Amino acid sequence: MIKHDVVIVGAGLAGMRAAIEVSKELDVAVLTKVYPSRSHSGAAQGGIAAALGNSESDSWEEHMYDTIKGGDFLNDQDAVEEYVKAAPSIIYELEHMGCVFSRTADGKIAQRSFGGHSKPRACFSADRTGHAILHALHEQLMKQSKSIKIYNEWNMHSLVTEGNRCNGVVVSNVKTGAIEVMQAKAVIFCTGGYGRIFKITTNAFASTADGVMAAFRAGIPVEDAEFVQFHPSGLYRQGILFSEAARGEGGYLLNGKGDRFMEQYAPSRMELAPRDIVSRAEQSEIDEGRGVDGKDFIHLDLRHLGEARIMERLPQIRQLGIDFTSVDCVTDPLPIQPTAHYSMGGIPTNKFSQVVMDAEGTKMEGFFAAGECACVSVHGGNRLGTNSLLDATVFGRRAGMSALEYAKTVDFAKVNEGPEKTKVLKSFEDIYQRDGTESYNQIRNEMKEVMMEKCGVFRDEEKLKACIETIKSLHLRFKKGKVTDKGKLFNTEIYEILELENMLEMAQVIATCALARKESRGGHFRTDHDKRDDENFLKHTMAHGTIDELELKYKPVVITKHKPTERTY
Amino acid sequence: MATFRIKRYNPEIKPEPYYEEFQLDIPEGATLLDCINLIKWTQDGTLTYRMSCRSAICGSCGMKANGHAQLACQRQATSLLDKDDTITIEPLGNMQPIKDLVVDFEPFWDKVNKIKPYLQNDVSPPQKERTQSPEQFRLIDDSSTCIMCGNCYSDCNVLEVDDKFLGPAALAKAQRFVGDSRDKKTLERVTELSEPGGIWDCTHCGECVERCPKPAQPFYRIKEIMSVALEQGVHNNNGARHALSFVKSVKSSGRLNENMIPVESMGYFNFKGLIDLIPIGLRMLLKRKIPPIIHKSIDDVKDVKRIFKELDQ
Repeated sequence: MIKHDVVIVGAGLAGMRAAIEVSKELDVAVLTKVYPSRSHSGAAQGGIAAALGNSESDSWEEHMYDTIKGGDFLNDQDAVEEYVKAAPSIIYELEHMGCVFSRTADGKIAQRSFGGHSKPRACFSADRTGHAILHALHEQLMKQSKSIKIYNEWNMHSLVTEGNRCNGVVVSNVKTGAIEVMQAKAVIFCTGGYGRIFKITTNAFASTADGVMAAFRAGIPVEDAEFVQFHPSGLYRQGILFSEAARGEGGYLLNGKGDRFMEQYAPSRMELAPRDIVSRAEQSEIDEGRGVDGKDFIHLDLRHLGEARIMERLPQIRQLGIDFTSVDCVTDPLPIQPTAHYSMGGIPTNKFSQVVMDAEGTKMEGFFAAGECACVSVHGGNRLGTNSLLDATVFGRRAGMSALEYAKTVDFAKVNEGPEKTKVLKSFEDIYQRDGTESYNQIRNEMKEVMMEKCGVFRDEEKLKACIETIKSLHLRFKKGKVTDKGKLFNTEIYEILELENMLEMAQVIATCALARKESRGGHFRTDHDKRDDENFLKHTMAHGTIDELELKYKPVVITKHKPTERTY
Repeated sequence: MATFRIKRYNPEIKPEPYYEEFQLDIPEGATLLDCINLIKWTQDGTLTYRMSCRSAICGSCGMKANGHAQLACQRQATSLLDKDDTITIEPLGNMQPIKDLVVDFEPFWDKVNKIKPYLQNDVSPPQKERTQSPEQFRLIDDSSTCIMCGNCYSDCNVLEVDDKFLGPAALAKAQRFVGDSRDKKTLERVTELSEPGGIWDCTHCGECVERCPKPAQPFYRIKEIMSVALEQGVHNNNGARHALSFVKSVKSSGRLNENMIPVESMGYFNFKGLIDLIPIGLRMLLKRKIPPIIHKSIDDVKDVKRIFKELDQ
């Protein structure tokens, strides 16, 4: 049995920021199914929000209001307040660690405009901000290599719990296939999102709901699963991210007729309205036949920015356009469409990143979560651009602090290594022994297709019911899949199968929660209930139970400063 | 129909690597990674490789296509077809294969760790950010785009013969700090980087620039470290002496004094190094490869001197 004071699962921004905190006093392990520098935080492009006021006067109060309005008033406002107040210090701290930021003429951290933010508050490193922060944190981990042990290419399979206490995780080494129990006084999940459930997504192949589902199987509900963000600028067909910074720098969205159609949807903010609104506008244009050449994409036009500005502020985007579509945005508009991007929902936590098990806030002792896998909820029904890197770093730091404080006060609990290991071993054996005929690739494609079609930007009861039925039938077929690689050495096939199982179950949770929420709010839009309904649905969904018997409960929203009002831009 | 000729290796089953061919209709707009995924998902689930972001930022899917390291997600598959409609796929070089296209990255990361890959500045920071001008930012802009994919490491010609060489990725990472106005250990860094295995062991072939999928382009970063090392007066090593001797010779005569270069590179007081040169010199003498003993200037040496003057040297 492997033993560490604290085990962190996931080595993106949240996980590494947490590790730095824990390593100040205790022994900490960071487990990642890739390498830290491969984590999907690195794909974030546009910026990280903080009211530094480096280019225009700004305040945490404005940041707070923008975040809550952007989230369609489903955010827990006490958490939002602490989160935006912590923003400047977390940015300065990153800068002091060595993070590379673009600069103003007088040498301060440069800031630019972003959707839904009333002030230019996105601190950035050209158009690779996530990458810059990810590597800065990785550098700190390499510096602290004596107190932080990194397990590269290890997967996490289940939580070890006893009653309301978490005592470790069961993991496996991808290279050898060996399954191990990792005992810990505290466990932190920073496992990221689950955009891979959808056909068109910005997400990496690794974003597959592993953490959220492992927690769910240990009795932790999923909060607000129906709130999935569709980003307005995904590369046509591939879904690859073209940063909102492109619009922050002044890019236009044009329909097939060449019109800046955002004028019809959000006249005051135009292209810089929040993402849910822009994505719906794009989808409406496409659905009503005003896509480019009548097809299912519209144009992102940057030509008027000029080559010099594009090369200074958006060089990576230009290269992505050239490599992936042979379009140079200096001379031609880029074909884009809405793409599944971010999960507002996830493992419910309080504002100290402590995982809670119900609406009353009952804690799972020794278990913490931060970043996209967690739902605090600071983003409510829709996250604003640049608020996710902030979420990951602020709550990563908090999770680290909370776990450290907790782990210092307790001893290792007894763990029955044998049975814990056997359970996971059995799930491996079960897959190895399958000799069905169903293709996992086919099942995965059908899941992605149905989630995009029926649980995407626009939803209704009929679509969602059909979606749930399809997912259930895919789950049955999943058990009769065909396995070809039965070896132990670096068996990526078996991990893809385990990930697919997590995604199928997560898909069912998402669709079930979406069916029950008979209103439209933030990223969740029901064409059959197209208004927000505060009377009945100003509350967080909590999906409890098992995948076969989901039980939906609800949790009140914490409202402190801002009463819900109509949301127009 | 295209042929993907893939180097397979699975020591659990067979100790020797072998090539296997797969046929695939390349879908419109498909990247090399899309095609390899299709092969894995529809033809052979045992095919093993790394991948994650599929947008050229995570650095997982480095592999050799037609002999050169590339990110599979960044290349349109059709652009790689040879005249027989074939693409040959192999694992990255200079690293030990584990299974199929997966190689052992540990030695790569060990070398990155050696260059102290973190900001060193003991001065307590201000309350807000440390300032850095846009010009100072630009000095580390390119090196900070590195995604640690290992493509440069794979195709580095020095590493092929000398695994002590830190390699292009680690050195580009080093420039990220040597060039950073906030880092306080510039002299220590360039001194260490001038030791054997460091910057001066690069042979300037430029292969890493060709293979780099980002603007990081290690060889240019290595040159930048060399300039800083020379400016900082870190001359007490063969590499720096070689560079300085080269410049001195061209400046004074317009051409290389090939008899003096080895001597000056070793250093006049490096007796052991000089003695080591004697057998080579004798062999060159026997093969009549010794350059003329009397070194003559070129006719227009004045013009060369003028160039140096223009460059303010």
